[in-house]
Amino acid sequence: MKRLPLTLWIGAALSAVFALAALVSFLWTPYAVDGMMIASRLQAPSAAHWFGTDHFGRDILSMIMVGARTSIAVAVIAVGMGMALGVPLGLLAAANRGGLVDEIIMRGNDLIFAFPALVIAILITAVFGPSAVNAIIAIGIFNTPVFARVTRGGALSLWTLDYIRAAEVAGKGPARISVEHILPNIANLLIVQGTIQFSLGILAEAALSYVGLGAQPPTPSWGRMLAEAQTMISIAPHMAIIPGLAIVLTVLGLNLMGDGLRDVLDPRVRRAR
Amino acid sequence: MKRILTIALAALAPLMALVATPATAQRTDINVGMVLEPPNLDPTSGAAAAIREVTYANIFEGLTRFGPDGSVNPGLAHAWDISDDGLTYTFHLREGVIFHDGSPMTAADVVFTLDRARGEDSTNAQPQLFAAIETVEALDELTVQVTLNRQQGSFLFNMAWGDAVILSPESAADNATNPVGTGPFRFTRWVQGDRVEMERNPDYWGEAPALERVTFRFIQDPSAAFAAMMAGDIDAFPNFPAPETLAQFEADPRFAVIVGSTEGNTILSMNHENEALADVRVRQAIAHAINRQDIIDGAMFGYGTPIGTHFAPHNPDYLDLTDLTPHDPERARELLAEAGHEGLSLRLALPPPGYARRGGEIVAAQLREVGIRTEITNVEWAQWLEQVFRGGDYDLTIVSHTEPMDIGIYARPDYYFRYDDADFQGLIAELDVTSDPAERTALLHAAQRHIAENFVVGFMFQLPKTGVANAEIEGLWENAPVPANDMTAVRWTN
Repeated sequence: MKRLPLTLWIGAALSAVFALAALVSFLWTPYAVDGMMIASRLQAPSAAHWFGTDHFGRDILSMIMVGARTSIAVAVIAVGMGMALGVPLGLLAAANRGGLVDEIIMRGNDLIFAFPALVIAILITAVFGPSAVNAIIAIGIFNTPVFARVTRGGALSLWTLDYIRAAEVAGKGPARISVEHILPNIANLLIVQGTIQFSLGILAEAALSYVGLGAQPPTPSWGRMLAEAQTMISIAPHMAIIPGLAIVLTVLGLNLMGDGLRDVLDPRVRRAR
Repeated sequence: MKRILTIALAALAPLMALVATPATAQRTDINVGMVLEPPNLDPTSGAAAAIREVTYANIFEGLTRFGPDGSVNPGLAHAWDISDDGLTYTFHLREGVIFHDGSPMTAADVVFTLDRARGEDSTNAQPQLFAAIETVEALDELTVQVTLNRQQGSFLFNMAWGDAVILSPESAADNATNPVGTGPFRFTRWVQGDRVEMERNPDYWGEAPALERVTFRFIQDPSAAFAAMMAGDIDAFPNFPAPETLAQFEADPRFAVIVGSTEGNTILSMNHENEALADVRVRQAIAHAINRQDIIDGAMFGYGTPIGTHFAPHNPDYLDLTDLTPHDPERARELLAEAGHEGLSLRLALPPPGYARRGGEIVAAQLREVGIRTEITNVEWAQWLEQVFRGGDYDLTIVSHTEPMDIGIYARPDYYFRYDDADFQGLIAELDVTSDPAERTALLHAAQRHIAENFVVGFMFQLPKTGVANAEIEGLWENAPVPANDMTAVRWTN
């Protein structure tokens, strides 16, 4: 067993910190996250409030913890949705390679890819109203073609291999082959892609919340915390720095983890070593 | 080497002289910042305050006009006679008033304007201003007689509103994009989404303003507004959108912070068509749940005056009724239990201004404390006007009513509160035909008390006018008795 790459460790550690913060927030936060204490607003970080307080006197550490929950929940569900839709489509396209179904699925993918993701997300939330659920749907829709492509690409190369041919000769139908032989062999690709999409999902949630289209108040959200901090940056810089750092570190952690996982799992990278 | 330096310095000398010369000429242009862009530029057809903030007293003028203190002064009419029965007003118009298109302003234009405003297909946003007018007649070129169908103590006040400015029949149809008035400035250009420009009217009848060019620029984003102010791109921002930054401007000698009052009654509006909100106990509970001072501190950084009814505190007829609904979560919970509305859930629609968005979050937290859940939706102005204001599709919303003396809105059952109370409507109807000052005061007191005691809406605070301007500018209005940015007296002092 080769040693796992350092980037994987760093990435996993960073991601774990935020995942842990999110989990702990279900049971305990230093202060009530919706507890406004107007009298103690805009306090700089101190022993009582490790990350300071915001313009309503809410504890920023508590908000970051619950905000992590929001970010992770939105990203997990959105990526799950993208996988649930994209992977079967990709398998179907690969099984039908060169056929009409393949063509329709892949051109549909191109169509979705052609729209800037954030613009469509704004459109969806503008039509159906801003909420965390609609943000999830918007991000999920944009994950679908990514997974469809990765799945199809991975599956296509497998379909040419002898053991798949053998399975075909043995009388297995394309559906069974896809599920029993193709899917397990591209799982590593999907895990790597999933990690990367997960970090993009967190960024997308922050971006949507920043423009007011993500989770609605009073649900804390990192993106909205940044937006609210904007005009206070000169009087209370910690209000912007802390959620900003939370977003950067989480996304960095997930990307490092994704890179590390790729090094470990992706057969192409593994062979190249 | 030395020679080269000398030559270089010599070459630079004229340039340096240019830089070093003190600016002998005063600046005669100004860039004024506004948060909202007007949807059109015709103040006689549109409710948006931004229209009047650009055009009032600058482009358009009425028979009478408001001074900075809210007093009613002569405008295009230099004098008027009121008949003994109070029903006939004879306005004597100024001589030599010329519209920006060159046509003279005469009695015929006044007749046209007032007839148009109260006509069948009038699009005027304040029809009640003209409701008492029976007939309008031109006695001669410069005399207009207005006959009322009932006594109306506030008629001269009404004629000073931005909605009652005098138009010319030739240009009235195009005022939305090319406003033609009689004011000291004439419209030159509107770059949509960015700015409205105007220049000094050389044919103005009155004293010429000190400024030659006025540019209104629209910057919605508070941080962009802050940056534009700091960079000097904007010289004055009469309603600065980020109260949290005022302390910083105050500490900077380049700027003057002007905090005044407005007519903006900031309220938590309630929809009486909602079954729970139709119950006076629920409304009272909400009123007790609200902590006004926390809202003022948290949303407005301390700028604002608590109010207990829909009336401006600087008005001599104001009654301080804030004691009627002190912050009392315990009492609120009791009332909710009594009404059988524990676990109540309400929608709260919040338009863009900071007082609404921030105030809304605080109100939501305060309501949560007494057991009312709220679902916050942030809406843009267009959506707010369409859905909440016109459609009445909301439970709670926060907005500042900036019209002066608008307590009469509670007598309109189709107004977005959907508050239908015959007693109150009777009070306002009586007020409308009363001109005796003492009786008017008594009626106004009764009206204020009535809506406060029925907890019609949640009365929060009076919106302050928090302006920031270059310290070398003088003549800006400190208070906002009406939505206006009157530039006639503004000048640079350096």
